[in-house]
Amino acid sequence: MGEVKQIRTLKEIPREELFAPGHRLCAGCGIPQLVRLVLKAVPGPKVVVNATGCLEVATTIFPYTSWGVPWVHIAFENAAAVASGIEAAFKVLERKYGYKRPKVIVFAGDGGTFDIGFQALSGALERGHDMIYICYDNEAYMNTGIQRSGATPKGAHTTTSPAGKVIPGKLERKKNLIEIAVAHGIRYAATMNPAYPVDMYNKIAKAASVQGPTVLHYFTPCPTGWYFDPSRSIEVARLAVQTRIWPLYEYEEGKYRITVPVKEPKPIEEYFKLQGRFRHLLEPENRWLLEEIKREVEENWNRLLRLAQQS
Amino acid sequence: MKLLLTGNYAAAYAVRDAQPDVISAYPITPQTPIIEKLAEFIDSGELKAKFVRVESEHSAMAALIGAASVGARTYTATSSQGLLYMYEVVWWAAGARLPIVMGLVTRALGPPWNIWSDHADFFTVRSSGWTMLFASSAQEVYDLTLIAYCVAEHRDVLLPALVAWDAFEVSHTYEPVELVEDATRLLPPKGAWAPPLAAEDPASLGNLAYPEEYAETRRLMVEAVRRVPLVFAEAAGRLRELTGRDYSRGYECYRCEDAETVFIAMGSVYGEVRSAVDALRARGVPVGALKVWLYRPFPYEGVARVLDGKKMAIVLSRTTSLGAMGPLATDVATALALKGCSVKLVEFSAGVGGVDVTEDDVVAMYKAALEREGGTYFWRGR
Repeated sequence: MGEVKQIRTLKEIPREELFAPGHRLCAGCGIPQLVRLVLKAVPGPKVVVNATGCLEVATTIFPYTSWGVPWVHIAFENAAAVASGIEAAFKVLERKYGYKRPKVIVFAGDGGTFDIGFQALSGALERGHDMIYICYDNEAYMNTGIQRSGATPKGAHTTTSPAGKVIPGKLERKKNLIEIAVAHGIRYAATMNPAYPVDMYNKIAKAASVQGPTVLHYFTPCPTGWYFDPSRSIEVARLAVQTRIWPLYEYEEGKYRITVPVKEPKPIEEYFKLQGRFRHLLEPENRWLLEEIKREVEENWNRLLRLAQQS
Repeated sequence: MKLLLTGNYAAAYAVRDAQPDVISAYPITPQTPIIEKLAEFIDSGELKAKFVRVESEHSAMAALIGAASVGARTYTATSSQGLLYMYEVVWWAAGARLPIVMGLVTRALGPPWNIWSDHADFFTVRSSGWTMLFASSAQEVYDLTLIAYCVAEHRDVLLPALVAWDAFEVSHTYEPVELVEDATRLLPPKGAWAPPLAAEDPASLGNLAYPEEYAETRRLMVEAVRRVPLVFAEAAGRLRELTGRDYSRGYECYRCEDAETVFIAMGSVYGEVRSAVDALRARGVPVGALKVWLYRPFPYEGVARVLDGKKMAIVLSRTTSLGAMGPLATDVATALALKGCSVKLVEFSAGVGGVDVTEDDVVAMYKAALEREGGTYFWRGR
């Protein structure tokens, strides 16, 4: 990876907007912030591939579109495969006819990445296509009305993992997307969070500078599906980092780095009590599950620390 | 130039001559030799394309939809379970109006697991908007694959096209195939169609559309499909000028003029049907045969014209259509009904899952059909 210009303040972010307002994403949704920053931080011509999901349905209702760049949606599970075809096509068209080759950017939700799009993503990473794959993770199938996915965290209430008397929400762990991506031998992967836009911008810029596949995993708060007031979206996002639930780190050519250190983590309860999906975890009868989650968060943080120290 | 080729290699040679930009495919028997041959052509520099070696058929079609969206000429091939696995995006390719070309080596659907020919896979996409061609020999595979590109990329059409042929009887059987000397004389030039997505043009493709707009896109597809027979005939006419081989009507008739009974078939069994026609004719029985090349859009008028005034039509369907007459027989029935023809229609499900159908079988079907009422029957052999 060559030298990539990194910014230090929000003021350095380019002003040009390639994502127009007027779309139908919910108030407080974290996705528009991601898209705006990506389209600013990736230089030059670009083509966006979008899996079915919140972002797709809310931004391209015919005859309108929010996208100031070429954008294509082809079903749910295949965004990485579509991007593979576009990338391959531009390589040939550049060689044969002198087309200008754009950067291919994928946006897919957690369902389209962790679950139904998993195979297509793995194939694309293995083949080494030049693309930035971005998962916007709102931790459930929000577009269809809050059903659990492979990215839903342990303990969360969803409409298909309801917190009731017998079962206190989802009982399974969330998949570790970055580790899965890194296992494919890619050169760059990172986590992102809307409460840390400078960190986010710099990671996108780094990913854009890589020839080959990169994976960015973005935490996007969902007031509708997590049951919190839309005005507290960034607060929820920041707490996810400050409680070490969502570590901000990057993997770059064999090296791990925690980009936002959290020396004194806030109690996980502070993050949970803001959101209806976790509120039941604060009840005495679910204490065992809360403790289990705390243990797993700590284990994950310590594991990351070890990886970062080894690097 | 004449070469000894299998049906699968004939497809690969046609693709080499069409010079697509992107190929994407996943191995499945009996399709695999096509993509192996294409990989060899790329390796030797004869084919200047990028081969996206995907992890599934679904991704193969998805990759081609992406590639065609930005203007690449494309090719894929599959069979059976593979086609069903990519099914969702097969429909998407048509709805997105992308001129993708696909080879389909027909193979039975499981269970039981069976790699031999059956047309069940082929018929599953008959309402999707793809132009569907059926070849019954290696030569036809080669010719129809080139014609498929001409039809798909025509600005009046812009719909994907597939060419099907039978597993093993055609796919793996060597036959002499005459190649077109300079395929560029037949094929549309680069830039003949404008791709919906370009790097410098911020268009959105694959939007959410409300009912009225959705319906309008489908209406435009209906119009485009209506134009296919004319475009097909034009392309076939150009091929005829170059080679003398004529596919322009979309079907072939054999000794139909004075026939009282006409056999209708698609694919390799047509060879046995023709032999049976000759055998029955030798005994003074007035029969003929009709082979369908252009299955979608179906040539209702032409088929009805051939069958008008006949006593009986016998459709050989290489599949089972559970709960209703098979698709080909239903199409023939529709052709007859639209023209107001009163012709006895008998369908035999024959050759299912690769079962051999011989000339004697076809002769015996004729006798059986005489004795039975119109309807659909499963042929268990003589």
